[in-house]
Amino acid sequence: MHAYVARRLWQMLPTMAGVILLVFFLFNWVGGDPAYVLAGLMSNQEQIDSIRTALGLNEPLYVQLWIFVKQVATFDFGASWTTGEPVAQLFASRLPASLTLMLPLLVIETVVCLVLAVGLSWVRGSRLDRGVMVFFTLLMSVSILVFIIVGQYLLAYRWGLFPVQGWGDGLWKNLSTYAPLPILLGLLVGVAPHTRLFRTFVLDEVDQDYVRTARAKGLSEARVMFVHVLRNALIPVITFVISNIPGLLLGAFLLERFFGIPGVGREIILAVERSDFPVIKAVTVYVALATMVFNLLGDLLYRLTDPRVQLR
Amino acid sequence: MTMTLHPESSTQTSPSAWQLAWQRFGADRIGVWSAGIVLCFLALVALTAMNLVASNWEKEVAIGHAPPSWAPVAKDEGGAVQALPPVLDYTPSPTDVVDPIAKEWAQAQMAVKPAGEKPDVLATHLPMGADKWGRDVLSKTIKGAETSVLVGLAAALVATVVGAVLGAVSGWFGGWVDDLSNWLYNVFHAIPGILLILAIAAVLNTKGSAAVVVILGSTSWTGVYRLMRGEFMKHREREYVRAADAIGASNVRRMFVHILPNVSHVILVQYSLLTVACIKAEVILSYLGFGVPVDGVSWGTMLTEAQNDLLVGKWWQLLCATLAMSIFVTALSLLTDALRDALDPKVVQ
Repeated sequence: MHAYVARRLWQMLPTMAGVILLVFFLFNWVGGDPAYVLAGLMSNQEQIDSIRTALGLNEPLYVQLWIFVKQVATFDFGASWTTGEPVAQLFASRLPASLTLMLPLLVIETVVCLVLAVGLSWVRGSRLDRGVMVFFTLLMSVSILVFIIVGQYLLAYRWGLFPVQGWGDGLWKNLSTYAPLPILLGLLVGVAPHTRLFRTFVLDEVDQDYVRTARAKGLSEARVMFVHVLRNALIPVITFVISNIPGLLLGAFLLERFFGIPGVGREIILAVERSDFPVIKAVTVYVALATMVFNLLGDLLYRLTDPRVQLR
Repeated sequence: MTMTLHPESSTQTSPSAWQLAWQRFGADRIGVWSAGIVLCFLALVALTAMNLVASNWEKEVAIGHAPPSWAPVAKDEGGAVQALPPVLDYTPSPTDVVDPIAKEWAQAQMAVKPAGEKPDVLATHLPMGADKWGRDVLSKTIKGAETSVLVGLAAALVATVVGAVLGAVSGWFGGWVDDLSNWLYNVFHAIPGILLILAIAAVLNTKGSAAVVVILGSTSWTGVYRLMRGEFMKHREREYVRAADAIGASNVRRMFVHILPNVSHVILVQYSLLTVACIKAEVILSYLGFGVPVDGVSWGTMLTEAQNDLLVGKWWQLLCATLAMSIFVTALSLLTDALRDALDPKVVQ
């Protein structure tokens, strides 16, 4: 186990180096001299010069790369080019809003999709099952934009069931007032693909011997499906959910943008719109790191929940 | 499978794998129907690209926001202007944030544009209504289909070719080539897709269909790569490839003449899956303003406009773009499923 973790961590190094190289290549080579971008953002030539010096743009390429590596290692990406706020502080202040929105969504979505998946597997092949799957295919063909635009218009603007947009200070206020509509819409978007995926996980289990044994013991079908099958189908679900957590921070960027929620996703869109390179660079590198770490966590959790799995 | 083997027919050549797949596909009614719909869309796109259809989509052919002729609002006297939403009798609660001048704005619009001012020149109703500038929404949707579908197809093609070639080389040669490609795959795989797309959009800082193709093509090749690498590793050791080696076929010939046809069904399915994903991504990129520029039209830019239209109760542009996109994407997804079933008989649903 320890050897496995150590090896996986060791294997992350080349990938992480690759991510750093890729980001460096994109922003220092494809992106061109940031002086052009900066000229549009700030008028003060001294400011531009100081940023150029900090990035080492008058030095050879390997010095610039070394500066970037040091930035990654020390978590210090300097200040945002547009607001002047330190990048680290920027994210620390945006993270709570994203988490307030995404953690409830993650929990609700996983539970709803799991129950739906087990229910559909129970009646698999029936008209209900096929009908729901066709409906899900249709649901998945509609752009997420349409869900948000129509949902915000009808539920908030026309019927006034929710505030159109906004975000407050208190956690409870946000959860009870501002978050429900975005969460509902996020659920509507995610329910179809996730239920389809979870259904395949459940269907992998329903023909196993232990299910037949449970039925032969005379257990009710509800108990078989929701206790015996569900527990085993949970294993791949947990792995899937865990390894998707880093992506969640960004996944909601459209929701955050439409509903004016000051989260990480909205901040990235703003940064891309304003060519705020330090912010984008920092997010890309750290989200990639988080993705790798959570993938490892997912694999370890798989091992914990299913002792038959051999980690090699 | 309707084929039977009689003793006298055993001397005939047996149907090829593709013929068998074609037979299976023909028996799948949903697959055939969705293939028909997809082909209709592609024909429409081709005609639009040749300027035979919807060439005058930019022309003002109706009054601003002319409603669809079949919609209930169209029956009202005065047509478009009467079709204002019942926003006026909406009472906001204190926590709400509402447009403070919505009421005045609506009245001002009524004052500026009296109903039926220029009815002899511009139509008051169109089959699918008109947008803010009086352009036919149906023509716009067709023109937008051209952009969205072509961008989707092109981006998926770039991604599939990159993924397939890298995967083939990686799986075939193994060794340091495989290590290097795998490293590249891990790097691209570690960064969540949408983040990579946004980062590349930020550095490219150019708009237009070509930029979208580059952005989506360079970020979505990883899935094809992983599958193709596995397929090539599997096929490398098969007898027919060894036999080809024995008669002196070169590496390239064995890879692309012998193995490629045997794994092409995987590529085909991946290509249509990627096309769906790229069309959806184009819509979002265009909405965010990193995709198709404002003077062009795609389903994404239409949804952007439709958002503002909806606020004043003009829902037809949203409906038309959404319907067109859903029909195409659903048909393509169902076609992909049918293709997968037909091409890979081992997969049991």
